[in-house]
Amino acid sequence: MPAGAYWRKTRRLTFGLLAVWVLVTFVLSGFAAELNSVDFLGFPLGFYMAAQGSLFIYLALIWYYNRRMRKVEEECGIDDE
Amino acid sequence: MLPSLTRLQRYYLLYTGGFLAFVGALAVLERHGMPPRWIGYSFLVFTILMYAAIGIMSRTSDVTEFYVAGRRVPAFFNGMATGADWMSAASFIGLAGTLYLSGYQGLAFVLGWTGGFVLVALLLAPYLRRFGEYTIPDFLSARYGGNLIRLVAVAATILASFVYVVAQIYGVGVITSRFVSLQFEIGVFVGLAGILVCSFLGGMRAVTWTQVAQYVILIFAYVTPVAILSWSVTGNPVPQLVYGQVLQEVRQREEQLFASPAEASARHLYRERADDYRRRINELPDSLHKERENLTAKINELKAGDAPMREIVGLERQRHDLPPDPQQARQRWETAMLAAAERAAPPVHHADAFPGDDAESRWKLRINFLALVFCLTVGTAALPHLLMRFYTTPTVRAARESVFWSLVFILLLYITAPAYAVFAKYEVFTHLVDIPIAKLPGWVAAWSKVGMIGIEDINRDGILQLAELTLNPDVIVLATPEIAGMPYVVSGLVAAGALAAALSTADGLLLTITSALSHDVYYRIMRPQSSTQLRLVISKSLLLVVAVLAATVAAQKPGTILAMVAWAFSIAGSAFFPALVLGIFWRRATRAGALAGMLVGVSLTLYYIFRVEFGSIPWLGLDGLHMAPWFGVQSIAAGVFGIAAGFVAIVTVSLLTRAPPQESERFVADLRHTPRREEP
Repeated sequence: MPAGAYWRKTRRLTFGLLAVWVLVTFVLSGFAAELNSVDFLGFPLGFYMAAQGSLFIYLALIWYYNRRMRKVEEECGIDDE
Repeated sequence: MLPSLTRLQRYYLLYTGGFLAFVGALAVLERHGMPPRWIGYSFLVFTILMYAAIGIMSRTSDVTEFYVAGRRVPAFFNGMATGADWMSAASFIGLAGTLYLSGYQGLAFVLGWTGGFVLVALLLAPYLRRFGEYTIPDFLSARYGGNLIRLVAVAATILASFVYVVAQIYGVGVITSRFVSLQFEIGVFVGLAGILVCSFLGGMRAVTWTQVAQYVILIFAYVTPVAILSWSVTGNPVPQLVYGQVLQEVRQREEQLFASPAEASARHLYRERADDYRRRINELPDSLHKERENLTAKINELKAGDAPMREIVGLERQRHDLPPDPQQARQRWETAMLAAAERAAPPVHHADAFPGDDAESRWKLRINFLALVFCLTVGTAALPHLLMRFYTTPTVRAARESVFWSLVFILLLYITAPAYAVFAKYEVFTHLVDIPIAKLPGWVAAWSKVGMIGIEDINRDGILQLAELTLNPDVIVLATPEIAGMPYVVSGLVAAGALAAALSTADGLLLTITSALSHDVYYRIMRPQSSTQLRLVISKSLLLVVAVLAATVAAQKPGTILAMVAWAFSIAGSAFFPALVLGIFWRRATRAGALAGMLVGVSLTLYYIFRVEFGSIPWLGLDGLHMAPWFGVQSIAAGVFGIAAGFVAIVTVSLLTRAPPQESERFVADLRHTPRREEP
């Protein structure tokens, strides 16, 4: 592993997931009124996203980050404590 | 590790079972005639004794145990403790009511308070844990160097945390006075005792393990009433799954109600009332004199004629209650005008996002929604009492995993709250609205008496219209068991849950303030050579002082304190977030830059809140500083400007000052596991 690979990978992962987060949190919510015309499981979609959907996406983002980071740390031989 | 983990899980399973058995026993006793008051007492005594027992079992005289629970808290349990730490009295009692009143717009809180955890996970928690000291000021001081930044961080910590802890203790006072009819002030000091039994003897260690216990109670208490409600309305006990249908029914009912002539007449009358107040305000001070003269004339006329005494006394009281001077009249009438205007406003469908008549008002709502979400997410990722919790895990990996578990446990409440609001609305629409006022259910009168529900038959048709009903947001959670006709034991459970939410948050906050004072100010700045024993004595004494101070403030029932909590997010966000994040992700950030960013950010946030919300400080002789909000952004989202200014200030000043010294470079390199760049 070249020096600095760990940080490069971490940074790329972090900013990638952050971009998804911004998209879900701000772009999607910004268009909630438009999304509301779509029906999803009996909910207006805009309402559903803010009440449940986005929350599950947040959880998935953190889960994915943890999984990737475990891999990255294994690859780079990093073991904190 | 594994055997102790299963042992812990076994303990908490046993504890949960014990609590459920206790609730079951009370339910049986209630059937056999146990009075509600005793049920309330049983919940209060039982839960506080539990917390005390855990507190005593986890007592400690070790500094690492006291500040960070010995860094031995497994990810799963740290997640639970963080959940309880995070969800305050406001989340438990207020959120569902806010969602009831503001529909989609209220979901900004749900999004913000959960979305912030993504920022915590990606940007902060792993790095804080890798750093591995005790407090947030520790981190900033180690990254940027020097004690000045530590002091600024301590001040910001106290600024953001103190009002928050006062609000929790205030919440305890409200809950105990309502459910076990203790006097408010006594309730506050019962709360104080409840907080101290957890934190005084065992610090973070005891707080962590009681928070886990409190989480169990609070989530169970939150979900139970709405699950029962869901069962009785839809036949499915999982409200989060089925409330879409109920939302549709609510919408149909809304269509009927919004179009009904009786509603329109009530709204029209409120509009007239609001206009009348506006006219009177515009004609001040003459309007006040005229009103007094009119009343006097009427009284004299009645006295001269042979009118009944009661009528005369009534008018005299009315005259007596008139505001004494034009300034107070203006204040009082403005409040009344706003209240009337609010009731006169055209109603909004629950699920409608950013409703408005024209593009501009829709745009304003959208901007405010997004700005609020931004402040709450960033504030979440900057509140010291939350970030502290990620110092307590054994490893960096466990810190990351515990953010995941935190969000799981927090999510359980936050996906229930919107369902809560929809079910409550359904109940109100079917059992309250369009019903003759004389035939309203009994709980309405009970809650009107304490001012939580207001009913005014403005169009005098004897029937309750939606516009004639005002609800305090807290009443939704507190009264749902009664609304749905559940036994009193459910109300007691809700009270115990609210108490757990308030106490657990207060514990975490109190400890944060204490460690900022004792660890950062006393040990790091004043007496670095003091013995660990002395440090603990100082910590515990300070804990006591801060707790008593907070309870004393709460006992005064400060009216604005609850509003101030909402600002804590903006304050914490603008103080800490830019400095923390750039400290990790931007090597070039310097001490001068960080200091500038923190000061500029907090100052701008406070300035904005002050000028938009107050505009005058009577005791400083400042007046007339009221300003129109920028881009129509409300003061609750003041952090939008503060946080942005913080980032800009750090970047600009850092680039203008010399690159940070080698220690800072090394610190960042260690956080990132990059090779240190040693200077030749």
